[in-house]
Amino acid sequence: MEIEIPYNVTARPDTGAYNAKIGIWLFLASEVMLFGGLFSAYIFLRMGATHWPHHLLNVPMGLFNTVVLITSSITMVMAWTALKMRQFQSYRRWLGATLVCGVLFLCVKSLEYKDKLHHYGVILNNGQEITGHLEMTPEEAMKSNVLRILPDAEDAGSFGYQLQSIFGRPAAAGEEKVLEIPKSDIQWWSNFTPRYSTFLATYFTMTGLHGLHIIGGLLVLGFFWGPGAKLYRTNPEHLANRVEVAGLFWHFVDLVWIFLFPTLYLL
Amino acid sequence: MDEQRHKTAQPQGGEGKAPSHGTGHHEHHPELSWWRRYVFSTDHKVIGIQYMITSLLVALFGFGLMVVMRWQLSFPGKPVPVIGPLLTAVFGANLAPGGVMTPNLYNSFGAIHGTMMIFMAIVPALFAGFGNFVVPLQIGAPDMTFPRLNMASFWTFFVGVLIMLGSFLVPGGAAKSGWTSYPPLANVSDTGMGFEPILNGQTLWLIGMAFNITGSLLGSVNIIATIIQLRAPGLQWMRLPVFVWSELVTAFLLLLAFPPLESAAVMQLMDRLFGTSFFSPDGLVIGGRHWPVSGGGSALLWQHLFWFLGHPEVYVQILPTMGIVGEVIANNTRKPLWSYKIFVYSLLSIGFLSMVVWAHHMYMTGMGQSITTFFQIFTTIISIPSVLLGTVLLLSLWGGSIRLPVPMLFALAWLPMFGIGGLTGLPLGWTASDMVLHDTYYVIGHFHYMMAPASIMGLFAGIYYWFPKATGRMMNEFWGKVHFWMTIIFFNGVFFPMLIQGFAGVHRRWYDGGAGWQMAQPVLWLNQVMSVSAWILAIGQIPFIINFFWSIWRGKRVTSDNPWQANTLEWAAPTPPGHGNFTHPMAVYRGPYEYSVPGAAHDYLPQWVEEESKVPEPKLSSV
Ligand code: HEM
Ligand SMILES: [Cu+2]
Repeated sequence: MEIEIPYNVTARPDTGAYNAKIGIWLFLASEVMLFGGLFSAYIFLRMGATHWPHHLLNVPMGLFNTVVLITSSITMVMAWTALKMRQFQSYRRWLGATLVCGVLFLCVKSLEYKDKLHHYGVILNNGQEITGHLEMTPEEAMKSNVLRILPDAEDAGSFGYQLQSIFGRPAAAGEEKVLEIPKSDIQWWSNFTPRYSTFLATYFTMTGLHGLHIIGGLLVLGFFWGPGAKLYRTNPEHLANRVEVAGLFWHFVDLVWIFLFPTLYLL
Repeated sequence: MDEQRHKTAQPQGGEGKAPSHGTGHHEHHPELSWWRRYVFSTDHKVIGIQYMITSLLVALFGFGLMVVMRWQLSFPGKPVPVIGPLLTAVFGANLAPGGVMTPNLYNSFGAIHGTMMIFMAIVPALFAGFGNFVVPLQIGAPDMTFPRLNMASFWTFFVGVLIMLGSFLVPGGAAKSGWTSYPPLANVSDTGMGFEPILNGQTLWLIGMAFNITGSLLGSVNIIATIIQLRAPGLQWMRLPVFVWSELVTAFLLLLAFPPLESAAVMQLMDRLFGTSFFSPDGLVIGGRHWPVSGGGSALLWQHLFWFLGHPEVYVQILPTMGIVGEVIANNTRKPLWSYKIFVYSLLSIGFLSMVVWAHHMYMTGMGQSITTFFQIFTTIISIPSVLLGTVLLLSLWGGSIRLPVPMLFALAWLPMFGIGGLTGLPLGWTASDMVLHDTYYVIGHFHYMMAPASIMGLFAGIYYWFPKATGRMMNEFWGKVHFWMTIIFFNGVFFPMLIQGFAGVHRRWYDGGAGWQMAQPVLWLNQVMSVSAWILAIGQIPFIINFFWSIWRGKRVTSDNPWQANTLEWAAPTPPGHGNFTHPMAVYRGPYEYSVPGAAHDYLPQWVEEESKVPEPKLSSV
């Protein structure tokens, strides 16, 4: 048995909002502070860094994902308006489209993660850094006392190169020769995991936390697409409110990405 | 339902009227199972009591840790009497050989004492315990806005407590890096030989804190939304009881200051689990070995993120008690607060300012002159509203016909304790004097005056004050007074000498005093004074514990729903309030502290009574 709480569905006249709307705005305020903490950590670490890598991330993929998320925000609004106009079928379609966008985002993101984990960096004793791909299996690399590395091309940071590299070996590649580096010359080597550098640590932490938010959002939206949509029959307005609130969360998660993309990929 | 209402609807709050029982809503619904009623309940009152009991138990445990630490400080290296064998049995011969505390065990006790007292005892008791129980009642609401979320907050918090407690049992024992968990120490401690990758003290500390933070975020969303949305008709902002105001400000602090610590905890977890270097600087050498990380991080970053929470957090521990003390003082002086407005505006400005003073904990880190200046200025400014608040409460006593029931004793004692805490804070707020005082027992003395004597006096005031509403029975006066005197005297016995030792340069964290004790010979005898006081303080809590449980079942029954003849809405509810709280919708006609209004029939005029001279009419109850 639950007690009936006032203003669960209808707005309280003097505040102009129903309960969940106040709740979600408060929650989002705390989320702003959560990501704010991470962003300030990023700024703090970057200001103190002697060296900060550029063009490490694949800009076309990031851009694509940005477009995907913005689209999903639009479909999210459409889903809500459809519900407000009591067009249930249309609501399901738009919300479905939002879900597809979210899943697409995660797929692209995991491709990017995979790329990073197959990318290697070596720091020589003289401080020089070489990045590229292993020309041996990671197991061999662990055992052998020479690393065979195919270094990244000169213009590997350019948009065109990165775009081509998604679909295969870019035309510009090929002039590079495989380097054989004795381990005794190496200070530190590993693939691009979070521990490789503070940049990658921030990259993985921030996008990882953002990814978790996307997953959370998808679960909630998936619920309102599936079992949760039953509420439409008894109380469509309540469902519309819930979708509005979930939508606010979804927009927020998009917004975070809109900050993450330039910060991590471009600057 | 209506019939039922009329039966219980009687003039509420009059003297000598039999209290009503909050069963009005129950009879029409199928009874909830025992589990749903007392364990997985969504009722804000049950959840409030769950918070309160859990926190009190944690507080007892945290106090126990300290009582043992005080033995080590008074008699370094001697086996702990009585519980020595128990220590060895629980923590093993590595940490407590022959009942002697090792440095590692001492550090674990210290870290967990601080963490649990702050995050899992004082804050949940004051903010969540009273917040849950009292706020919806005081604003005339049937429950919190999100009852199920409320239940989730409690259980999230509870899991955090279990993790923190459980961390004592993993190999190597609980976290050892202080309640502040400063890296690089916290990054490297509890790693390597003999430690599990995840099930080790420091990692569990982080995971436990993540649960604690999540729970308190959900809780603060709920409290704020409740106060905004569920105020009874007529309960405008400036008619809110000061306790509700203090909860509102506290909730905002928790909501906005905790998340950066959560992100910091995530980063420290990354450092510990994935070997990142958020907080590991370049060229970190530990035990003569180059620490195998990329470097490039910053230990200062952690301190900033930690204190960005840490400072608001200390206000989180005092603000609710200001509200409680305000309620109790107004009620027992039988006159309005000296200035409700100044009180409320001071609360609000403390709330804002407490977000911009955090780096006064970091003066000694070499942040730079301009940053230090900024934080000195704001630290000094924040003492203005603090002093105003204290002044309002003090002046409220002026010319009152003061009653002295137990809650009032605690509320009165709160004032000087808060005064000492605040005044000792000022020298810490200025770099010139902080240079000598930083990291000494003086700091420990300063903040304990705030969080132990002051906050805990407020906590007890609240417990004795609202106990009759929660149980329908009064706590015993005599034993309450015994408890009061034991507590106030020995609290000071524990903490005042700390200020003196701090001046002599005694370091705050050392296990056996180290070289510092050589210099501080003249004040070392105070260690015994403090330890003995702490032990007697522990004994002094026994009357409270017995009184508490005895009174639940055997205490004197209250004869009215409003035994203190108070004005705020919680006293209009049945005793104890049933699920859904009020037997009829509440409406509010005036401010919360209209005591001794000239010409009124009684010396109090409840907020829910429409006409001042008339006894409330049944009409009101069937609206
Ligand atoms: C007038 C108000 C206050 C001022 C000016 C003030 C100032 C300070 C300063 C400057 C420090 C840092 C000292 C150091 O580490 O060298 C400090 C520490 C501390 N204060 Fe206050 N404070 C005030 C009120 C409070 C209140 C109300 C509380 C809690 C209820 C509190 C709790 C603490 C705690 C817990 C610490 C020590 C944290 C640690 O290092 O472990 N303070 N205070
Ligand atoms: Cu502070």
